[in-house]
Amino acid sequence: MSQPLKGPQPLPDARSAPPRQMVRLIVNGTEREVAVRPYDVLLDTLRNDLGLTGTTRGCDMGTCGCCTVHMDGVPQLSCLTLTLLAEGAEIRTIEDVAPLGTDLHPVQRAFATQGGSQCGFCTPGFVMTVTELLDRNPSPSDDEIRRAISGNMCRCTGYNKIVDSVRTAAAELRGEVTPKAPEESVPTPVGPYDKVRSPGGNGR
Amino acid sequence: MAERAIGTDVPRIEGIEKLTGEAVYVDDLPTEGVWFGATVRSDVPRGRIASIDRNPAFPWDEVVVVTAADIPGRNVIPLLKEDQPALAAREIHHAEEPVALVAAPSRELAARAAAALTVQVEPLPATLDAEAALAAGAEVFKRIEIRKGDPDAADRADLIVEGTYRFGSQEHVYIEPQGMQAEWTEAGLVLRGSLQCPYYIVGSLGALLDEPEDRIRVIQMATGGGFGGKEEYPTLLAAHAALLSRAAGHPVRIVYDRAEDMRATTKRHPGRVTHRTGLTRDGRIVSMDVDVLLDAGAYCTLSPVVLSRGALHATGPYDVPNARVLARAVATNFPPHGAFRGFGAPQTIFALETHLEECAERVGLSGVEFRRRNLLRPGGTLATGQDLGQDIAAEAVLDRALKESGFEERRAAFDAFNAQAARREGAFRFQRRGIGLALFHHGAGFTGSGEVTLASRAGLAGLPDGTVLVLSAQTEIGQGTRTVLAQAAADGLGLPVDRIRSVDPDTAVAPNSGPTVASRTSMVIGGLLLRAGQEFRAKVEAAAGRALPTSDEFCAEIARQAGEGPLEHIVQYQAPPGIHWDEEHYRGDAYATYAWACYVAALEVDTLTGETQVLDFTAVQEVGRVLNPVLASGQIEGGVTQGIGWALLENVQWEKGRMRNATMTDYIVPTFPDTPPIRVHFLEHPHDRAPHGAKGIGELPMDGPAPAIANALRHALGIHVREIPATAERVLSALEAGRAGSAPTPESRP
Ligand code: FES
Ligand code: FES
Repeated sequence: MSQPLKGPQPLPDARSAPPRQMVRLIVNGTEREVAVRPYDVLLDTLRNDLGLTGTTRGCDMGTCGCCTVHMDGVPQLSCLTLTLLAEGAEIRTIEDVAPLGTDLHPVQRAFATQGGSQCGFCTPGFVMTVTELLDRNPSPSDDEIRRAISGNMCRCTGYNKIVDSVRTAAAELRGEVTPKAPEESVPTPVGPYDKVRSPGGNGR
Repeated sequence: MAERAIGTDVPRIEGIEKLTGEAVYVDDLPTEGVWFGATVRSDVPRGRIASIDRNPAFPWDEVVVVTAADIPGRNVIPLLKEDQPALAAREIHHAEEPVALVAAPSRELAARAAAALTVQVEPLPATLDAEAALAAGAEVFKRIEIRKGDPDAADRADLIVEGTYRFGSQEHVYIEPQGMQAEWTEAGLVLRGSLQCPYYIVGSLGALLDEPEDRIRVIQMATGGGFGGKEEYPTLLAAHAALLSRAAGHPVRIVYDRAEDMRATTKRHPGRVTHRTGLTRDGRIVSMDVDVLLDAGAYCTLSPVVLSRGALHATGPYDVPNARVLARAVATNFPPHGAFRGFGAPQTIFALETHLEECAERVGLSGVEFRRRNLLRPGGTLATGQDLGQDIAAEAVLDRALKESGFEERRAAFDAFNAQAARREGAFRFQRRGIGLALFHHGAGFTGSGEVTLASRAGLAGLPDGTVLVLSAQTEIGQGTRTVLAQAAADGLGLPVDRIRSVDPDTAVAPNSGPTVASRTSMVIGGLLLRAGQEFRAKVEAAAGRALPTSDEFCAEIARQAGEGPLEHIVQYQAPPGIHWDEEHYRGDAYATYAWACYVAALEVDTLTGETQVLDFTAVQEVGRVLNPVLASGQIEGGVTQGIGWALLENVQWEKGRMRNATMTDYIVPTFPDTPPIRVHFLEHPHDRAPHGAKGIGELPMDGPAPAIANALRHALGIHVREIPATAERVLSALEAGRAGSAPTPESRP
């Protein structure tokens, strides 16, 4: 079988990467300056340059919603947002929703108790979408909940428990119920397993 | 003594760090000094490697390149067979087969290096059809035959019903793509990754790397879903990362992007099942002849055990007096298919439960009545001859599902709705509604003597602070493993759950409790920990010389004894008495126990667009004992949703052996609008073959949705859906075929 073999592939230029440009962002309330290339997206800037790895990457194509952050208060897919275009914007990520030493946000608590999170990889994105929804609309109808989170994908839960979680969180935020905090019954692991909620921990 | 934890909604231990963004997935590890790996693959399904060309313009001194020639030991990833190389050396057996690896100090440079390598392959003819592969004498990785009763019984039947049912591949789409980081240290190789089975990796890399197993340590990072896709595949990734790290002298991380993950990793086995069923006029099954063919892809991976579970579920929860099941998994030139939630059972259950609906029609009975006449009751036996005694709930789940779903009333209401369709206005004229059900069982734990061979070990360690650590290699991939195991340990110890610590496994600490697969974690390892807890308490009390009734006394004593030296108690699996399995003839107790289920789908189809919307879904199951209600119903709802995806939406499109639609935009998994309300009901009849009476539940929910939906489509449209996914295109062409008067079945070949 003698088919013509492939010729050399055109070589992407390794050397002449475009120059970096400084961008000023307000990330979780703090002003940050980063040097970025024109094609860098906010997801990479957050994860690779600013060390904020709580925002996850499920597709890099704007399909899954994992990478949702708030940009000037509005949920935004960070994998589709060019960092250059975020100059001056206020960015809020999952790390700011319940920083170490603070209680979980009612939305996070509801996802834990109502089964809205299984593998958890989609959860930061959902939390960002839902906190904004409930800020804007404290009593969303089921339909409004569905519409708000239809851009977030979850492969584990089948979504029903996510809707339950949003309802529960909304009720708590309206002051109607106070579910018990799940972390009260969770011990802090020690020794080689020091992975949970230790300041600066997690090997980062 | 503490109140019991089993059976209550203990909040997830693994919840918190995943909610705050603190959980560390492999791609979240620090990057200082870490190099990044990329994989160069074949783009043809079969051929011979002529050369691997390096573009001379690339700065090769800044990166490392690894090919098969650089492997220090044997170039094989051993699993059930030793047929899959870590890197193709000469022959290419499937598209996307890894040929070379590169690593570089940055992700960008690694990607450029990969693009600067060209694999020259002389193509050879490829086999991309399982049926053709069988006809051409391709390798059959496994052939199983199950026989029961009289092989000529069909001759005595009043009528014979035949049908062939086809199903496509399914991609896992765990939401976190595969990733692994390797690092060589003084003590040997350390691997951190997104994975289900740490000890698979330990056991597989020794020969490849020429290292003793005790110098291979695997640490599970937070893992964003698996569903079987992170059962065997991560071993290959671990091999690649380890080889690159050795060459680079740096830790090396490989994280697939979504497209590479979808194209290159394993998927659910596609294939077909042919049924030939002998019936009496009054609707009793006389004989069943089932021929199962699975497309294994290019290498064996876990195909024999997937096939085995498929074959063992092929005749379902029915009392079939005479049965023959022939099952084969054949090699083709597709990327290897592998483990996926359900493990062969969803395929054969889809075929059977769709086929039985046709059988019912042929004898003029409703699907419900037909099933009622044939389902397994105490005294009957499965196709392997297994007698389950009283541990049978087929009729109970059927009755409960009929009641909870309002099956008969809704069927009548939908009939009326469909009869009036022509009189409605505009788009409403095209709406049809249907309701359908599926009755099934699912063997819990490993097939056959698997658990005996595994001889899993798990245990508990008392810590100096008076808490108790769970020692097991079971991984949390979303199901709540750590929580459920802590509950079992707590009950064994007689302590509240907050005195128990349960963490992600590290093979340096955790004993080999076997893989996290086959819905075995709660049932088998949970059972071990319950026992370990009881024995641990006895041991501590014996050393103390007195009983320690309160938690505070007990924990204070644990702290004291642990302060003096290691306080561990490890137990090993022992087969429950009275289980016998004959692997050679496929006779006997294939599984110690089974979960039973009846699922009902109600749906609406648009006959103009072919689109199906599931309106609501009822899932009734008998699972022995529910260990944690929220986690358990979460497993069911998630599995049902994946089943709906496989039935209607998830369509892997192959082009010359490569996945053509390898993005989440083109390969559609259910999103919010596709997912109906799912009503979950549990029946509990604790069985005596695990200490806490629980049966596995993780895989069960994958079995029922596809046939329930196919049968509901039958009700709505009057067409038999014999191939899934029943995409809008397939539904439309089936409707057209029906209108044209030809066989009304959607049976286009991919
Ligand atoms: S990673 Fe941004 S939408 Fe998927
Ligand atoms: S919890 Fe796993 S994808 Fe949503």
